[in-house]
Amino acid sequence: MAKDEIKQEDLLNIDHSPSLFKKGWMNTPVDIRPSMHCYACEPARLKVVDFPNPRVWSVMDEDWKLPKDWKETVMDAFKDRLDRFRTFKLFMDICVRCGACADKCQFFIGSADPKNMPVLRAELIRSVYRRNFTAAGKLFGKLAGARDLDYGVLKEWWYYLYQCSECRRCSVFCPYGIDMADITIIGREMTNLLGLNIDWIAAPVAFCYKTGNHLGIQPHAYKSMLEFFQDEIEEVTGVRVEPSFNRKGAEVLFITPSGDVFADPGTWTCMGYMILFHQLGIDITWSTYASEGGNFGLFTSHDMMKRLNGKMYMEAKRLGVKWILGGECGHMWRVVNQYMGTMNLDLAEGSNLENPVSPMTGTKFENANSTKMVHITEFTADLIKHGKLKLDPSRNDHRKVTFHDSCNPARAMGLLEEPRYVIKNVCNHFYEMPPSTIREQTFCCGGGSGLNAGEDVELRMRGGLPRANAVKYVHEKYGVNMLANVCAIDRAVFPGLMEYWVPEVDVTGVHELVANAMVLDGEKEKTVDLRNEPLPGMEDAEDV
Amino acid sequence: MSLKNLLLQKRSRIVKKWRDVILQTYHEQSQGFLKKKDSFGNPVGCTISEGIESLYDALLEDSEDSGSDKISEALDSIMKVRAIQDFSPSRAVGFVFGLKKVIREELGNEILQNGSHEEWAAFDARIDGLGLLGFDIYANCRQKISDIRVNEVRTRSYRLLQMAGLSYDLSEHEGDPNGEKKEDGASNGQHNMEAREH
Repeated sequence: MAKDEIKQEDLLNIDHSPSLFKKGWMNTPVDIRPSMHCYACEPARLKVVDFPNPRVWSVMDEDWKLPKDWKETVMDAFKDRLDRFRTFKLFMDICVRCGACADKCQFFIGSADPKNMPVLRAELIRSVYRRNFTAAGKLFGKLAGARDLDYGVLKEWWYYLYQCSECRRCSVFCPYGIDMADITIIGREMTNLLGLNIDWIAAPVAFCYKTGNHLGIQPHAYKSMLEFFQDEIEEVTGVRVEPSFNRKGAEVLFITPSGDVFADPGTWTCMGYMILFHQLGIDITWSTYASEGGNFGLFTSHDMMKRLNGKMYMEAKRLGVKWILGGECGHMWRVVNQYMGTMNLDLAEGSNLENPVSPMTGTKFENANSTKMVHITEFTADLIKHGKLKLDPSRNDHRKVTFHDSCNPARAMGLLEEPRYVIKNVCNHFYEMPPSTIREQTFCCGGGSGLNAGEDVELRMRGGLPRANAVKYVHEKYGVNMLANVCAIDRAVFPGLMEYWVPEVDVTGVHELVANAMVLDGEKEKTVDLRNEPLPGMEDAEDV
Repeated sequence: MSLKNLLLQKRSRIVKKWRDVILQTYHEQSQGFLKKKDSFGNPVGCTISEGIESLYDALLEDSEDSGSDKISEALDSIMKVRAIQDFSPSRAVGFVFGLKKVIREELGNEILQNGSHEEWAAFDARIDGLGLLGFDIYANCRQKISDIRVNEVRTRSYRLLQMAGLSYDLSEHEGDPNGEKKEDGASNGQHNMEAREH
């Protein structure tokens, strides 16, 4: 790949205008750069789930070791998906290139790379569609915006398909509602048929398939981790919470992303769930098999998403629960809200699942009737509304909080008010970021859709720039020092993003704030919060 | 008229041309977008435009001391962005020297006519200093990205090591000079091992 290697004589003659695009995007070959892509996946990941072309390969190699008939495979897959998905066919045909989406993608805003304009990113694929599936494209080629699929084009597809976080921000601004995420999903699905998976997605998929969670944590380790949290919670609150595992006959099954069980700052959110359930005395159980709310299958193929999601209903049926409560996660809720009911509900046939009703308030969560699964901020907002929680928001007075709408709960679920309602009831200092950066228009953290790997940190710094910029604004204007969110990937990605752009701001889940504000039955005099940081006014207490 | 007065007189024209020097390092198709005035929709363009203005004003300040903080701050905001974009180090920082060319184009004749060679030489040296400072900031940004990468890996595995009894948390041991609690809010949410070890 071409690099910016500067020779000594060039230093006197630095050209300030890059050659790229002078000859048009279609004639500008892709330049794959380190730290802008994720690593190729190891063959073992693919073998586990019977995915095609497992082999050792590297993104930076010229030869990606494709199957000999790779073009036919892609074209067959293309045709198959055009037939199966009417949306995909429409999105290939109806774009008028008005440009409304062009400057809405955070990866374009942060990188200024025109191929990250959603319209152009889609055009990478549309051009091949026109050449192969439209009369104009077949007859007039480039004049009709059409081109053949060759090795370079395939690499370009791949490179930019993994610079889209499937966040759907662009679709909010498209007058036709073209959903770039759908195009990316199908683009990845097609390239995965050639074995072009990335390890950061393929490994969690394989682990999830084998053990139930992305990290490959086995049941005993999962249980041990929560037991470890029991000790930490007791140390801070004086209350011993008692979670139950795989308990048959429980009323509710709780499923949350495994990231919250194993990595800070999500761990404190996880402790928040445990504290909430204990205080309520709700008949709820954790599962060490359905031990993952997230679903990296969504970033792989529709079929893989369905295979991984099935465990939720199967475990609900096995345990005999009445409904499922889901933790704070992003893409999990796109899968649950938009796919799960129609995709897998048949697996629950013969189970005890019924329309969810809060045992504390009697509230019927009618919005969840089709899936039997309720978002925890809906559940908690309802508790607060009915006065079921004793709260002391001053315990969070050292936090000046803003809220980041995670892409999927916001745009794929419409979960906009509940988290805010909860935060405002557990914190005294809450400040919104500018309107064009929140709610339906929220910017992505830069790490969605499996892009939160270690090796592509530079890509994430670009994609996360618009979000960080808005956080910086409320930090400077209001002194905001805490970025709350309802997504495990946010909690994994934001600490690094903040460290670079706004180092004064920390990251939290909503239920960490809830638990810190809760007044528990039998609690000791609290001096610290779940992070072991002193509560306001307790800075000089002895055990701080 | 002194060089400084000339530079003040032609401020808006010079600043605009200098900004264009930076924007020309981006793809042609993106340059129009980068000129949009929307600090939340176009943070890169706005950071550059605002940063360039602040830099120019700070360069013209009489006292080098009072100007240096402002110079660092303005340059930092621009370099932070360019350090994570598709630029080689020379391309990322090179725009600083573009100011010389812009000033020569705009004020070359006046400098010759007024005999302001010495003033120009001194100002030219300030721009050189700015370039060197830019390299320092660029290198710091790249180092920060590297630190973030390392910290992320450690954060992701810390709890598992702790649970497995494989990690040794020095902060739990009183009297250990390395066991001080972190006070830096930047890493509150993370197990920043570097902060623990130093």
